[in-house]
Amino acid sequence: MDLSTLLQYLVTGLTLGSTYGLTALGFTIIFNTTGVINFAQGEFVMLGGMMSVFFLHSLGVSEPVAILLAVTATTITGALVERLAIRPVRHCPAINLVIITIGISILIRGIAMILWGKDTYALPSFSGNAPVFFLGAAIMPQALWVLGISLVLLGGLKFFFSATIQGKAMLACSFNAKAASLVGIGVQRMVLFSFMISAFVGAVGGVILAPITLTSFDVGIMLGLKGFAACILGGLGNPFGAAAGGIILGVLEALGAGFISSAYKDALAFVILLILLFIKPSGLFGRDDAKRV
Amino acid sequence: MAYRRDMYWLAAFFTVLMLAPLAMPNNYYLTVLIMCCLHAMNAVGLCLLVGHAGQISLGHAGFYGLAAYTSAFLSTTIGLPVGLSMLAGIGAGTVTSVLVGLPSLKLHGHYLAMATLGFGVILSILFTETIDITGGPSGFVGIPGLSVFGYELTNDASIYRVVALGLCLIVWLAFNVLHSRIGRALRALHTSEKAAQAMGVDVARYKLFVFVLSAFFSSVAGVLYAHYLTFIAPASFGFMFSVEIIVMVVLGGMISVPGSIIGAFFLTVLPEFLRAFENSEIILFGAILVLCMIFLPDGLAGGWNRLWQRLRAASAQASLRKQI
Amino acid sequence: MKHTVLECRKLSVRFGGVQALHEVDFQADQGHITAIIGPNGAGKTTLLNVISGMVSPVSGEILFDTHTITHCPVHQRNSLGMVRTFQNLEIFSNMTVLENVMTGCHGHMPLAAWHSLLRTPKAIALEHRIKEQALEALEFVGLTGLNTVSAKELAFGQQRSLELARALAARPRLLLLDEPAAGLNIAETQALAEMIVRIRDTYQVSIILVEHDMELVMGISDAIMVLCFGQVISRGTPGQIQKDPQVIAAYLGSDEDE
Repeated sequence: MDLSTLLQYLVTGLTLGSTYGLTALGFTIIFNTTGVINFAQGEFVMLGGMMSVFFLHSLGVSEPVAILLAVTATTITGALVERLAIRPVRHCPAINLVIITIGISILIRGIAMILWGKDTYALPSFSGNAPVFFLGAAIMPQALWVLGISLVLLGGLKFFFSATIQGKAMLACSFNAKAASLVGIGVQRMVLFSFMISAFVGAVGGVILAPITLTSFDVGIMLGLKGFAACILGGLGNPFGAAAGGIILGVLEALGAGFISSAYKDALAFVILLILLFIKPSGLFGRDDAKRV
Repeated sequence: MAYRRDMYWLAAFFTVLMLAPLAMPNNYYLTVLIMCCLHAMNAVGLCLLVGHAGQISLGHAGFYGLAAYTSAFLSTTIGLPVGLSMLAGIGAGTVTSVLVGLPSLKLHGHYLAMATLGFGVILSILFTETIDITGGPSGFVGIPGLSVFGYELTNDASIYRVVALGLCLIVWLAFNVLHSRIGRALRALHTSEKAAQAMGVDVARYKLFVFVLSAFFSSVAGVLYAHYLTFIAPASFGFMFSVEIIVMVVLGGMISVPGSIIGAFFLTVLPEFLRAFENSEIILFGAILVLCMIFLPDGLAGGWNRLWQRLRAASAQASLRKQI
Repeated sequence: MKHTVLECRKLSVRFGGVQALHEVDFQADQGHITAIIGPNGAGKTTLLNVISGMVSPVSGEILFDTHTITHCPVHQRNSLGMVRTFQNLEIFSNMTVLENVMTGCHGHMPLAAWHSLLRTPKAIALEHRIKEQALEALEFVGLTGLNTVSAKELAFGQQRSLELARALAARPRLLLLDEPAAGLNIAETQALAEMIVRIRDTYQVSIILVEHDMELVMGISDAIMVLCFGQVISRGTPGQIQKDPQVIAAYLGSDEDE
């Protein structure tokens, strides 16, 4: 094994991992305001990619416009999901909410299948397909786009949660919803925001990934599972743990595919996840809950 | 008391199951009924695990599939007798659940969900990729039909009777457990592990017990499935099926065994009805799921209870009005 | 002759950097009510948690009768005859009142699982005996007639009684009570005091009591140990404790109790 091969796998892993990280971030944002794992998160990712392709071909607009439209439409979808399906049952147990998100994911996937069929689509790369060479590894420009946009998004979210009043209010809700409402934060509005931000983040992830891995109506299932796995790996509830978890998962998967077998790369990722969970039950960056008797 | 009431229910359910084929116009309905019973076996197990003991599993499709593939492989490829293969299949699913449960059940909540889900995904990838053994994505064909004590069941009606009887036995076991010290121990560790321990409940052991028992139910369903259809494919044992079993239990009201069975029947029959709508069936399925959860938050059983109470209140009011 | 039912030798517990208990020696005598008191944060509940097995000591030894139970899991201590109640009620809210108390019988009435699975005659007989014992315990605490009520629908004071009944159904030889009077009014506390004495006298149970209510403690205890900042500062009869200048200093010198 030489350095360039290793580097090649590493870049592939980082690229994939960034999108897992973004999906995981979406999970975390909703989990923090509602305590619910949103199983429709993967569908937001799918919608981002599929709608970009759709707008590009059917409206005849340029790629940036198509992407902008797709991300906006997905964000609105996120808001609709909260308004129509989550808000009416906000006082139900978490398991009911989780099942509703499962229903929504089936619904969205079904609609996508009817609208766009079962075919696989490709979104053109943002800036051509001429690889850049770095230490002997060929890096596609799209990989750089993925890494760059993920970093920008992560930085933006960090700024949002630590420096804006809206972001701080959302954090407050995640720590203690009742106390937050006592100091005048509209918890319900924050839940709405969290769904919109998650959908936005998911859609961006879907858009930047689509030129690399192709997209179809059912890519959301596996992406959702990977995103959930990344969340757990990073310690549920910790947004930056989730992002890191995604990157670790992506790199492990790429190395596994490269050195062992590409057929079992998903299995390998989950085997490692299970081993980590059994060794450190609260995730890599999670805190052990202090037990009080 | 409560146990006797459940036994009456079981007797009534058994009678209905045995009489149901008489009302079936053709074999297609019988097929649907058999699938209903197999899904209900899975749902009853998860009702004990999730509803009573409060431990989530998103990997039970794995046990279902493992049992099915083991029995298929042993009877078809190796050529063992069907009965023996089925026992081995059930054994494989059950023993694997011990190995999975031991480390997983130390985890809580979403982490347990992730561990069981990860296990399910790994198994489903193995079913797809070990093409030499399982036939890969296109499936395992030519599995010998169901036979009981060397006596082969050739028509669907007799297979149906065996499956229905199997379901009733599983329901009987489930009721026995729930109305015993084990059932109380499970409900106790659901609400407070500390208090359960203080009352002498070995929490780890009981979690494992109910996990393995539910996996045993799924394994029984798995081997019956394999030898009934004589064809199995990995798609039937994926993550979505694990989720579907949970949905059946939640639809049934979480803690009700009859509710879980009704949930299983409902979710099995529904897509068959929706098949008439061709492509839109999946949309309708998703929509019905969401609407059910919004309007029947405590499941079909809970909704039925509320309806019943409302009717009784209405009739009581009506008779009151008459008196005035 | 005095017989020691529980003995702790040089127990130490640390949470991170905090020394919660420091080489605590503690004894409870057979058939006695032994109280553990002390200002807030003295380590009383921690000591109870160590005795019941919910917290592991860093060093030291616990003897229950002749058994060393220092590293014995919680549920096994139950089978040996040690049962506890909780400060923040831990009733099983998803069960009826009767089922709650029947669960109390779990530890001392074991049965192989297959009996329950197949509901053998042995399992049915056991269910009957468990139910009898549970009904007896419910009667003892005065909750008769509420059998089929869901436990979460009981009033707070009744839930306290339910916890006691559940503990009694376990037929303990040693009963650990963690602040049983917390949240009760004066009349209820008085009734509780009578009940604790009645439990001791009826079942010859040894009782260890952690409690803030001084009137209750002084009224019913046979022996008292005073903890302060994880160390024993005094032990003796209620009369001796009330006169001990060190105890008075600990209480008055510390922040207002409660």
